[in-house]
Order: sequence, then C-alpha cells, then structure tokens
Amino acid sequence: MTAQAQKAVESETKKLTLVQAVQDALRTEMELDERVLVLGEDVGIDGGVFRATEGLLDRFGPERIMDTPLAESGIVGVSIGLAVAGFRPVAEIQFMGFLYPALNQLFAHASRFRNRSRGRYPVPMVIRTPYGGGIHPPEHHSESYESLLINTPGIKVVVPSTPYDTKGLLISAIRDDDPVVFMESEKIYRAFREEVPVEAYTVPLGKLKVAREGKDVTLIAWGAMTRIAIESAEFLAADGISAEVLDLRTLNPLDLDPLLESVRKTGRAVIVHEAPRNAGFGAEIAALIQERLLLDLLAPVQRVTGFDCVFPFPMTEEQYLPSRSRVIQAVKRTLEY
Amino acid sequence: MPIKTIFQGTTERMEILDHEGNLDEALMPDLSEDRIRELYRNMNLMRAFDDKAIKLQRQGRMGTWAPTLGQEAAQAGLAMALKKEDWLAPTFRESGVMLLSGVPAVNIYAYWKGDEKGSLLPEGVNCLPPSVPIASQMVHAAGIGMALKKKGMKAAAVGFGGDGATSEGDFHEALNFAAVFKAQTLFYIQNNQWAISVPVKMQTASATLAQKALAYGMPGLQVDGNDVFAVYRASREALESIRNGGGPRLIEAVTFRLQNHTTADDQSRYRTPESVDYWRQRDPVKRLREFLITRKMWDDAREAALQSELSAIVEGWVTELEARPAPDPADMVRFMYKEMPWYLKEQEAVLMKEAGQ
Repeated sequence: MTAQAQKAVESETKKLTLVQAVQDALRTEMELDERVLVLGEDVGIDGGVFRATEGLLDRFGPERIMDTPLAESGIVGVSIGLAVAGFRPVAEIQFMGFLYPALNQLFAHASRFRNRSRGRYPVPMVIRTPYGGGIHPPEHHSESYESLLINTPGIKVVVPSTPYDTKGLLISAIRDDDPVVFMESEKIYRAFREEVPVEAYTVPLGKLKVAREGKDVTLIAWGAMTRIAIESAEFLAADGISAEVLDLRTLNPLDLDPLLESVRKTGRAVIVHEAPRNAGFGAEIAALIQERLLLDLLAPVQRVTGFDCVFPFPMTEEQYLPSRSRVIQAVKRTLEY
Repeated sequence: MPIKTIFQGTTERMEILDHEGNLDEALMPDLSEDRIRELYRNMNLMRAFDDKAIKLQRQGRMGTWAPTLGQEAAQAGLAMALKKEDWLAPTFRESGVMLLSGVPAVNIYAYWKGDEKGSLLPEGVNCLPPSVPIASQMVHAAGIGMALKKKGMKAAAVGFGGDGATSEGDFHEALNFAAVFKAQTLFYIQNNQWAISVPVKMQTASATLAQKALAYGMPGLQVDGNDVFAVYRASREALESIRNGGGPRLIEAVTFRLQNHTTADDQSRYRTPESVDYWRQRDPVKRLREFLITRKMWDDAREAALQSELSAIVEGWVTELEARPAPDPADMVRFMYKEMPWYLKEQEAVLMKEAGQ
C-alpha cells in the first residue's frame, strides 16, 4: 500500500451508531490481538440481543466468539481464568440487571486478583453490559448500579455517551491490564450516528470530556444522561444561561482535576445520574467538590437523579428518569440561591 | 408407546489399599519402593507442616489456620500425579497439595500469618492464591482449562472443592462450562464429610458427590481418599486423559477432617469424639506406614530419622517466616490497579506518613 493510500485508510471514517461502534471496536481489536475473545449469552449466531457482536462469529469463529451456557457467574468466572492464563476476554452480560449473579466473581475475585497475588495475577478482562432506562423493557432490564461497582476497589468503570468515544474507550478497556466494566446505555444505542474512524484508535480511560463549554454552571453527567445535560444546556442558553457540560466517560478512576477546574470557574455544579440518589456516585462527586472547593461555590451542589425506588415498569419510566425540565430547575436553584 | 430409558449412569469407586492392609495387586500403580517411600515422606511432611502451623497459631505466631490433618493421602496422592505445567485453583484447605507441588512453604505460612505477599509466588509455579468464597475458584479452573485447550497445551487445571462446595451454584456452573467447552480441567472434590458443622448427609441427597458429574456429561469417580495409591492412580489417569484433550473429569476423594474446621472452630459443638475416633483408625499415614512395614520397606529407625529430618525442615521454615520483614502498610493500596489512581496516591501518602516513611 502506498503511503498516500495508507493515509486515506487512516483518515477513513464510517457513520456509526453507538452499538455499531461497540461491534467495530471488537472487530478492530480482535484483528490486531489474537488474545482477545468474546463470550456471553447469544453473542454468536444471534450477534447479541442488541446486535453488538453481529458478524463476529463469521469473521473469527467459535473459538474466539463463544456462545456460553446461560450462567452469568460462570461467564465472569471463566473469563477470570482465561485472563489469568493469557487471554483478554470481553464478556457480555446481556443486561446490567443480570449481572447480580456474577457479582461474587466480580467483587470477590476479578477486582482482587492483582492485589491478592501482589501483582502476579492481573485480570485483564472487560465486562460489557447494556444498562439504563428508556427503552420500555420488562423488569431487570433498566438497572444502572454503577455506584456498587465504583465502591468496589479494583474495578474500572467506563460509560461512553457517543459512538466515537465508545470505540476508543472500548479499545482502551480491552488493552487495559485491569478489569473494566463497560456500561453501554440501551437508550442511546441507536439514538444517533457519528463519524467513527475505521482503524483502531484509543480514547484514554480516566479522562473526562468537556462536551459543551459554559461559564455559569457545570453540569456533570455520563452515558445517556450526557444527552439530557447537553439538551438542557441548549434550552438554558436560550435564557442566557451558559452551562458547561462534563461527560465523565470514566467513573472510576474519576478525572477529578478538570472537574474541579470547571466548578471553580462556574461556582455551581449540578450532577445528573439515572441511578438512585442514596449513596449514588453523585454523592461522592458532591463530597469531593465541597472538600476541595467550598469557598469557590456560589450555591450548594445539586443532584438530579433517579428516585430511591425500584426502576419502574415501562408505563412510568419516563417519570422516573431525570428529564431536561428537572435539570433546568436544578440549575435555576443554583442560580437563585 | 412404552416409556424408554434414555440415560443410565453408573458411578464407580476405586480402592487399592484398604484400612486393614488388603491390597488389590491388579490395581496397584507401578511405583518403585523409593517412590512409595517418597509418597510416605510427603504425607508426613504435610502433617508436620500442618501441625506446626496449629502450634504457632496457639502461640500467637500465626493467624487462623485451616488444618489438613487426615487429608494427607487425598492431597499427596494428587500432588504426585501433577506436572509443573498444570495449574491449581485451590481453596483454603489445600496447603498440603500446594506445598507438595512447588509453592514455597514460607509463602503458605506468610499468607496465613496475614501477609498478602505470601501469595506472590515464584514464576513457573502455576497456583492461584487460595480462594475463600466456597466453590468460586472452580469456575476459574474451568476458565484456565479452556485457555489450556485453546493454546493446545498438554496441561491440566485443577479446581478444588470440598463436600460443601458441591452445593454452591458456582460448582454447577464450573462443571457445566468445563464440559460444554471440553476444558482441560480436573474437579477435585475432597469430601471430608463436614462443611464446618454440617455433615455431608445434610449437604446433598445424592448417594455420592462423584455422580453429580454425570449430569454435566463428564466422568466422575469416587476414590477412597485415605488410600494414597487409589488417589494417585485415579488422579494420574484422569490428568493424563485431560491433558490429552479427553475433556474434564471429576474425582471425589472420600476422606475425613480429623481436626477443627479452622483454629477458630470448636468441633465438639457438632460431633462426638467417637465419630472422629472411627476415622482416626483410618488414618491415611498410618495405613501407608503399616503397608511399608509389612513389606519390609520401613522400620522404626527410618521412622525416627524421618521425623527428626522433617521437624528440622519445618523449624527452618518457621525461622525463615519469622525473619521476613513486616509488610509495608502502604502496600495495601499499591496493588489495586497496574497504576495507582490519584485517590490511591493520596491514601498511600497518608499510610506512608503514619508509618513515618
């Protein structure tokens, strides 16, 4: 290939949805690294219930794309064994609400192997799991319990909000030497398309993104809630209020410095997450802000979250999820304080 | 249409040397006199290692210890059938088989004394740190067995468990995954008949634990776990088949825990001394010693020499253990990730400051 042709390939992009970006990341990385395996329920011939692994079985065969028995603890547990023995498994847990049976493997082992063996046995594995509300499914398909994971030392937690970030972050997660839970919002799987480079690229873990610049208030969100925050900022702009939107992208480790820098600049912070409020990650972010920026704050930190209840059935899920109007009201509370 | 039988399974038991000294010559594995004496030495080494740990615990020089007394044949017989390339996924009661398959004694002692560095094993020793949540490590053994097969390696992964482990969901998920993916995994169940205070009869309504393998489509075999020849023969045959791609297997070694569950346990709360005495008479070390003496392969002089040699070895390990530097408290935050995030660096600084570093 000529240098010119090579450059053309490198700069080539495709318009992809978020779920297509997942598939593209897996395909790209599996081409580059034969240690990468995909396993889970229905990931093979069905291509995953959301089609996140579509076409991969045909390309890579059943030794690398493994339809597994229906057993989440088994999926995560054998992934640990595969990782310890030299592979880089990417396990799909079909919905975050089905991760519960595997929490023992995740919390008691995947997160601890490196520490327990004082570095001898790291566990380079990724657990991909669709999460969050908004697609009107049956019970247990809308969970968003990132705070449980963040509260467990030894696990990285990543939540992309755009197709571009999805591909780059997933490749970073696969290359990372520690276990990563990669949460993919069901609501925005197909919400929009974006130009995504054809080749492999990385978006670093542990780095937030300023999704929109502003000066009056900082909106802090991740995953599907980033869209709500951006839309809220657009509405606020019409009222002359300038909101900065931070897309955290990685929840653990949190990219604290630029977050503090933004809140120092605006003096106001509103955290938006769809998980319940009690001991949600918003509480930790609010605590970090007040510990380090108390005298820079112009108003108490606000939280717009899910309610402290079971995620409701579809007929009332819209009332559960944080909305633009709730975010806008919270911003106004900080401005009117 | 008549109702037809569509599956019929049988489960076998292997015994070679019974507790009355009867030997099945046809099944006796081909072992030289030296190898048999090596087995006997290994069982005694395991016993001395275990006994010393309990004494150290009583003196406040060791943390909680999980005794292995009575399970020497079940562990030493397996250990002799293992190869360096094989992997172990042990529970907390595998100190003997770990010791006999290359894990340095001092590492095992350090782990139980309360230093995570004990589980930092030398390169080339393929043994996971002991797993405490029951049966969870069997799934790792299934995964490692899948990896060995994918890599085309002639090696096996051994997933350990006790009788209690067979009640856990992870036991079933591990067997199922291993069988579906034809993993190179041996599931090695030491049925020592007590899961702390609950006897095996209350653990399962199955007549044996070995038969549970049949439901997953893999062979299961019961052995007399106090008969080191049966354990060795069954383990060697199973491991050879597994290493050659024959699929996973399960062995149930029926043995007995002669000691407390751990040094923090009081067995008098749940079982009578008489019930323990019954099994003390079936002591696996005694059984092999009587075999050796009957066949003029052993005598009192050799026994005395062996015991004094082993006692010196174990004392040496204790000296080595107690000469180890105390763990650095800040290490608790240093191994959570490959690179410490900012908050762990902050916490490391707190620990270092408190330690005067």
